[in-house]
Amino acid sequence: MTAPHEPHDPAADAGADHGPGPTPAPGTPPPTGDAAAAETAASGTPLLELAGVSKHYGNIRALEQVSLTVRGGAVTCVLGDNGAGKSTLIKIIAGLHRHDAGIFRVDGAETTLASPRQALELGIATVYQDLAMVPLMPVWRNFFLGSEPTVGRGPLRRLDVRLMRSTTRERLLRMGIDLRDVDQPIGTLSGGERQSVAIARAVHFGARVLVLDEPTAALGVKQAGVVLRRVAAARDEGLGVVLVTHNPHHAHLVGDHFVLLKRGAMAGDHAAGEITLDELTRQMAGGSELAELGHELRRAASPGPDSDE
Amino acid sequence: MSATVESIAAEDERLLPRSPLRRLISRPELGSVLGAIAVFLVFAVVADNFLRAGSLGTVLYAASTIGIMAVPVALLMIGGEFDLSAGVMVTSSALISSMISYEFTANVWVGVGVSLVATLAIGLFNGILLTRTGLPSFIITLGTFLMLTGLNLGFTKLISGTVATKSIADMDGFPAARALFASHLTIGSFAIQVTVLWWIGMVAVATWILLRTRAGNWIFAVGGGRDAARAVGVPVERTKIGLYLGVAFGAWISGQHLLFNYNVVQSGEGVGNELIYIAAAVIGGCLLTGGYGSAIGAAVGALIFGMTSKGIVFAQWDPNWFKFFLGAMLLAATLLNLWIRRRAEATR
Repeated sequence: MTAPHEPHDPAADAGADHGPGPTPAPGTPPPTGDAAAAETAASGTPLLELAGVSKHYGNIRALEQVSLTVRGGAVTCVLGDNGAGKSTLIKIIAGLHRHDAGIFRVDGAETTLASPRQALELGIATVYQDLAMVPLMPVWRNFFLGSEPTVGRGPLRRLDVRLMRSTTRERLLRMGIDLRDVDQPIGTLSGGERQSVAIARAVHFGARVLVLDEPTAALGVKQAGVVLRRVAAARDEGLGVVLVTHNPHHAHLVGDHFVLLKRGAMAGDHAAGEITLDELTRQMAGGSELAELGHELRRAASPGPDSDE
Repeated sequence: MSATVESIAAEDERLLPRSPLRRLISRPELGSVLGAIAVFLVFAVVADNFLRAGSLGTVLYAASTIGIMAVPVALLMIGGEFDLSAGVMVTSSALISSMISYEFTANVWVGVGVSLVATLAIGLFNGILLTRTGLPSFIITLGTFLMLTGLNLGFTKLISGTVATKSIADMDGFPAARALFASHLTIGSFAIQVTVLWWIGMVAVATWILLRTRAGNWIFAVGGGRDAARAVGVPVERTKIGLYLGVAFGAWISGQHLLFNYNVVQSGEGVGNELIYIAAAVIGGCLLTGGYGSAIGAAVGALIFGMTSKGIVFAQWDPNWFKFFLGAMLLAATLLNLWIRRRAEATR
């Protein structure tokens, strides 16, 4: 586990507009050491908080005033159509891009991520659609790629192969995947299994916030179910999960909070109890726009001599 | 949760257990080992002298001169890149060593040292140019190949007036350098060239690096999925530059052998050898697209070259057939590799 990030700094927080969670009033002495950490955990300071975050690429507004909160043991779903700004949001959270405006807090402390490496150090792990895996390499080599444990020193410094194999097997088992052979190339696993390995890897390397980019997009119904179970398993381990998807059905199954994006801006922000699947689907699909489209298509279809039939 | 585990486990029962045979088939070296056994048997039958100790020594020597380069070239190919300059780089390395020693009337070890630095610099040039520009290694090393070919001939002509260097056999330090790079050891009636030891050493070190170090993990990763490797924090540039330095190191050993074996260096040598190194690596199971292969396979590929080139002589066949056999073997090996990769990448 990564050490908790710098606890509340009242000076930095003063003046910033705050989400839920008690904040020490400006002027009170800063809490120290373990007391602060305990208070942070108890008061439920969000692991990650975005407030009015914007990102521009030249004159293109990719993201405008987006706010979202990620808490441990909860799943925050980011829903949006193609081009809604989901990828930009992920890149900001993952440390690939910096936001231009707004506030980005990790453990309540305002931060600007300089690199993916820094995001990882703060416990923010991102699982991309391509999963960052090398298909021809064995599962256990993929699992530790880039962070391989070694034993020995000098020229005899070598991979701790036994630890790598056993850890991989054990971690996957905890995620509910019983791999017969961790030596098989990861390309031979199914899409859902690969996604699960990527999640297990992120959890193992101390992720506290898990960002999943369209984890169910390319999967069949059953495989998607496997992945959603892993998402729930990660949530139950106390991780904060950001599930980015365009599938409201999948989101509604595991989500505790739904943030809807549309053309780079917030189109909705609902807690799980506040919104039904039908309403979520309707909003996702474009709501009134879709109704209009349906109307238009119906009108065209009925008298239309050039319809498909 | 336990129900989940059970249901997944039940799904797993549909998978057939991987038998040891299947495991063996998926080793990259397999094709080359089978090929080597076949070639060995053929020449053992058709060439009377093939099995004599002297002949086997000759075969091993021929294999080692290719193998010393085929091993680092194989690592580079696993890392997803080519080096077309590898063949002439050997000649460059020998020329630098020879000319420095001769022109400055220095101890040959000075030449050997300068040559090591200069050859590594060529490798560094290849590697840095590749990682900085993002151009295909084929183009960059084709450029280096042509430039080195020209420099080898041009400088030699300019300095010594002919296409070959002057002999350095009477210079200080020559016997010791010769012992290191071009001597042979006699064990019983069996004479082993020192290059064979260099070759075995290279294979051992390369295999260790590939299979048991972080660098090895990175080599497979940068070749098999560069973007994925970068995303998880693998130093892609550093790994590739290191691989080019490895090839340069091999070229230095090869070059010094060339020099101290013949005392003189022909400046036009080495052209075409780069393809032989690549062929040996491919026969040994390396994929042209990177991410798969082994150092042992490349060594076996080199052994096949050695057996074929010398076996044809022992069998008193027309040596002109040599290239045909090599070409046929290369194609067969590539087809086998393709089949293996389709199996490895197939999703179940």
